[in-house]
Amino acid sequence: MDHTRGHLRNGVFFLLSMLLLGALPFYTPPYTTVAVTSILMYVVLTVSWAMFCGPTRYMSLATATFFGVGMYTSAVLGERLPFLLVVGFGGLFSFSIGFLTGLICLRLRGFYFAIFTFGLNELVRNFALWWEARVAHTVGRWLVLVDSLTVYYYMLAIVAMTILVAFLVGRSRYGLILYSIGEDEEAAAHIGINVTRYRTVFFALSCLFMGMAGAVMATKWAYIDPRIAFNPILNFTPVLMALFGGVGKIVGPILGAGVLTLASEVLLSRFPYYYMLLYGIIFIVIISFLPDGLVGLARRLRKDSLISPAGS
Amino acid sequence: MSITLVFDVAITGLIMGGVYALIAMGLNLQYGVARVLNVSHGEFVMVGAFITYFAHKLFAINPLVSLVLCGPMLFIIGLFIYRTLFQYIRRSSEALDVFEGRSMLASFGLLYVIQNIALLWWGPNVKAYSYLNYPIRFLGLTFEANRLVALLFTLVMITVFYLFVVHSKVGKAIRAAAQNEKSAQLIGINVPAVLGICFGLGSLLAGLAGSIVSMMRELTPLMGFPYLIIAMIVLVLGGTGNILGSLFGGLILGGVTTVVMYVEPGLSLVVSYVIFALILLIRPEGLLGR
Repeated sequence: MDHTRGHLRNGVFFLLSMLLLGALPFYTPPYTTVAVTSILMYVVLTVSWAMFCGPTRYMSLATATFFGVGMYTSAVLGERLPFLLVVGFGGLFSFSIGFLTGLICLRLRGFYFAIFTFGLNELVRNFALWWEARVAHTVGRWLVLVDSLTVYYYMLAIVAMTILVAFLVGRSRYGLILYSIGEDEEAAAHIGINVTRYRTVFFALSCLFMGMAGAVMATKWAYIDPRIAFNPILNFTPVLMALFGGVGKIVGPILGAGVLTLASEVLLSRFPYYYMLLYGIIFIVIISFLPDGLVGLARRLRKDSLISPAGS
Repeated sequence: MSITLVFDVAITGLIMGGVYALIAMGLNLQYGVARVLNVSHGEFVMVGAFITYFAHKLFAINPLVSLVLCGPMLFIIGLFIYRTLFQYIRRSSEALDVFEGRSMLASFGLLYVIQNIALLWWGPNVKAYSYLNYPIRFLGLTFEANRLVALLFTLVMITVFYLFVVHSKVGKAIRAAAQNEKSAQLIGINVPAVLGICFGLGSLLAGLAGSIVSMMRELTPLMGFPYLIIAMIVLVLGGTGNILGSLFGGLILGGVTTVVMYVEPGLSLVVSYVIFALILLIRPEGLLGR
């Protein structure tokens, strides 16, 4: 009973926030729309990262790779296809590469998975640099511009999709399967779960959203090169945001992405020279002092303030 | 292919291999023993290079003398960072794999802190100094003097470090802690102290490598990251926790990248990653894995 009511409340809250965000461009100056677009982008990256990496405890450090694949799809196909198809292909290519990656690193666990994905991004970046210089004879690529309102609504739609899918996966049996893989992979295999299949499919699914987000955002940035598209900082930022919010529930990554993106926008405008230094310090402080994120902190505070009833 | 070119490739390969081995042995102490996958490892190479540069420019200190200066300084910095940051994280993590994840992320923050302090302090401009920058003839062939000196000192440092790990009491304690922390504790080894020393020694090796690099290459505050990547590749190549593996892995990777560099410069990092990926997939325990 209580569970259903909780879902109903979350659903209403979700719909209301989508409506509010949808109406936002009509009531606020254009700058707000642009700023909210970058928050939405981080929400997509963080929620899709946490969808797979939260329950399975596989730390993927290749978010930038799949985001960058989407960007390059947009750069290559942008002139030839309508925007909707470009975004779809961005997701599709990202999904396929994620699927291949998942298949390749079947044997890798824990630390090895993390550094494999980290290395994957460097491999793709260096290969793209070499390709652009030697084969395509260019440095970067210019994109077909799309007006910022379209970018905003596409991003909002991707956010809604990502959150819905993450929610549905989380409460379905697949969520439990992913969770059991994270708890004990061998035990999960012993009770008859096809660990390989679920790991690969859901890793690829999380890449789908990253690729779509990349395809949309590339048009906003107008110019990309391999250093921008596969910037290693984007491998770590979603991890930080997810951990800052708390990975257990969907609200954690959303909250983490929102708060930290806002904070970094403020820092960037106030202290442009010290921005990256402050970013590093915030990173260390969050990792050291907020191991369970904001959600975990809230739970801890609530526990402290309430006297737990006996026998509950 | 002329004999000069062969010797040139061989010497460059050996120097790069030696430098890679130093850096990777450092990372191996930090990850293989102290369980911190230090993503900011390359920044210590950069700091070592800058210390050597400033000692040379401001006080006219010979870069080879700087090695003696730079090593202890970086050891203290590394030890301090481990004692304050990573020991705290270790104590507040419930399990070792949680600690591994958190400490890696914290070290990523550290990367930005060190890099940006360097940028703000020393500026973004490329710096270089010239040291022994003249050719000498040796065995009828011509070499640049600074590269021969760099090669010699790298080999000496590797030998000294290897003897230290194998024969000294601290070295034995490190190897014991690497094999089994609990048993090491039981036979009276102060494991937390040893882990701190490992982290400090890791920074020390990175700093020494940075000193050597500064004799031959230009310096910028952003130069560290590629060395981290190389150290990670070598770490996987040789096997984590295996110091000798990192030594051989470094020499192999140095040779391979140098040869690729002469054939198709843009692909040398790509080839390294392909090796890295293949090793991870086929033999994740490393070539000399346990």
